[in-house]
Amino acid sequence: MLELQDVTAGYERRAPVFRDVSLTVAPGEAVGLLGPSGCGKSTLARVAALLHRPDAGRVVIDGTPAGGWRHRAPRAQRTAFGVVFQQPRLSADPRLRLADLVAEPLRANGRSAEVADAVRELTERVGLGPELLGRRPHEVSDGQLQRACLARALILKPRWLVCDEMTAMLDASTTAALVAVVEEYRAESGAGLLAVGHDRVLLRRWCDRTVEWDGLGASPGE
Amino acid sequence: MTTATDTTPAAPVLSVQGLSVRFRMRGGAFVRAVSDAHFELGSGECLALVGESGCGKSVLASALLGLLPGNAETAGSALLGGDIDLLSADEQTLARTVRGRRIGLVPQSPAAHLTPVRTVRSQLEETVRELTGTPKPDVRKAAVAAAERAAFPADHLDRHPHELSGGLAQRAATALALIGDAPLLLADEPTTGLDRDLVERTVDELKRHTGDTRALLMITHDLAAAERIADRIAVMYAGRIVEQADARAFFGEPGPRHPYARGLLNALPEREFTPIPGMPPELADLPAGCAFAPRCPSATPACEELPLLVDGVACHHALEAQRA
Ligand SMILES: Nc1ncnc2c1ncn2[C@@H]1O[C@H](COP(=O)(O)OP(=O)(O)O)[C@@H](O)[C@H]1O
Ligand code: SF4
Ligand SMILES: [Mg+2]
Repeated sequence: MLELQDVTAGYERRAPVFRDVSLTVAPGEAVGLLGPSGCGKSTLARVAALLHRPDAGRVVIDGTPAGGWRHRAPRAQRTAFGVVFQQPRLSADPRLRLADLVAEPLRANGRSAEVADAVRELTERVGLGPELLGRRPHEVSDGQLQRACLARALILKPRWLVCDEMTAMLDASTTAALVAVVEEYRAESGAGLLAVGHDRVLLRRWCDRTVEWDGLGASPGE
Repeated sequence: MTTATDTTPAAPVLSVQGLSVRFRMRGGAFVRAVSDAHFELGSGECLALVGESGCGKSVLASALLGLLPGNAETAGSALLGGDIDLLSADEQTLARTVRGRRIGLVPQSPAAHLTPVRTVRSQLEETVRELTGTPKPDVRKAAVAAAERAAFPADHLDRHPHELSGGLAQRAATALALIGDAPLLLADEPTTGLDRDLVERTVDELKRHTGDTRALLMITHDLAAAERIADRIAVMYAGRIVEQADARAFFGEPGPRHPYARGLLNALPEREFTPIPGMPPELADLPAGCAFAPRCPSATPACEELPLLVDGVACHHALEAQRA
């Protein structure tokens, strides 16, 4: 279970983006969070994935309260999450070849021995051929780079996936392909999903249930 | 394959014939970004050019604006208003008489297109001074009117771009694009990153500005946005326009005739939500025959030969695709 309890968060203490938001994702469940741009849903997604420290409230992951945020989060909790953002170019280190981009979480966790096999399996799964793996981000399209970012998010076999507007920049076919990869992974691993976005048609088709930002009980920051 | 409409005057606003763009790479290789594109656009018409990222859409737009990088080589022609070939015009002509005056560009990321250190008002006024003969005392009023035309709120005119929401930045950029009263509006992914309501509002506004007197070329990967406002659809795959169709026939009955276009529509979450298998080919390594063949369910040995665009579709088995 992924539980967000009465979370208040933002970028300035005195003016949080939202207050008192609660949201729960059951094990294996896919929840779509819908809201207009600027409402704070990306901020909430980052809190859920332990990437942004809330001003107040709790995040409980499979019964254990979050033990820290960002690099201070306990490794076991940090690696329980796979995260994909809207803009692959902002989240991918431009110097890394795609193969190294995908392998990065394994190396960062001292598991270099597994890199070769895992990279082969995951890049195949997301449809990236070996000829692309030697390229750097500026040498591939947005869709190809997002495929690599999804492979990276799955490489530690997370129990929770957080996808923030993962497909907003992508064409219909690449969108359907990436969603299919996420769903295939979830079907075999039982991972839960929090998908954030503004495309109602997409999230309704993709997720078990969708919730509206306005229905979360968020009171505005100021 | 001209789709002349009854509103088309003598010369189309834009007539693109055999437009190709290739980039010369190190080692003598070529990236063929646009191959042999043909289309026409009359006033009052909106053509949506759709296709996945990297298929050549933006290169085509850059070619029309004379904004290609130095290693680009072009072929074909792009006649604007029947009198100026955008591909062979020199930079001075393009800068002085085309960009802003005869082609209004609505950019992909308005926030990046606006000058960050200056207010919206000062950018509008500068563009008014540059592009119109407005006498000095009237510039301020003209800038306010330009903002109003794009529904940009007057009480936000003294803000800087970073103080605007995505929707207002988009309107500011649209206001700038409209000042020169250009007969052709070129919008390159005008809705990327906007949420659905804003997408709809933005494209509706573009459509409204097109009216009966301008033509709109909208480049987008957003099929819903295209369906909302386009009269005609051109589908691009691996640098080629593989289908051109009336928008209603394309999105409704009888539907797309090219297997790629059909696959793209079927991938939509409101349709089958099934991806087209595989990925597009490298533009540096295009096959001699149909570039879609490795992904195409209808491919036969005939497809090893390049299909020409005949009757709006470039496919050896277009009819079968439609009936399937
Ligand atoms: N790093 C940041 N620093 C300051 N403000 C930010 C930052 N990131 C987002 N914001 C602001 O927080 C608000 C909510 O942003 P976000 O969570 O990204 O919204 P959404 O995902 O719903 O579009 C917006 O007003 C945005 O400008
Ligand atoms: S020409 Fe052949 S391979 Fe190409 S789209 Fe048509 S049927 Fe498919
Ligand atoms: Mg967001």
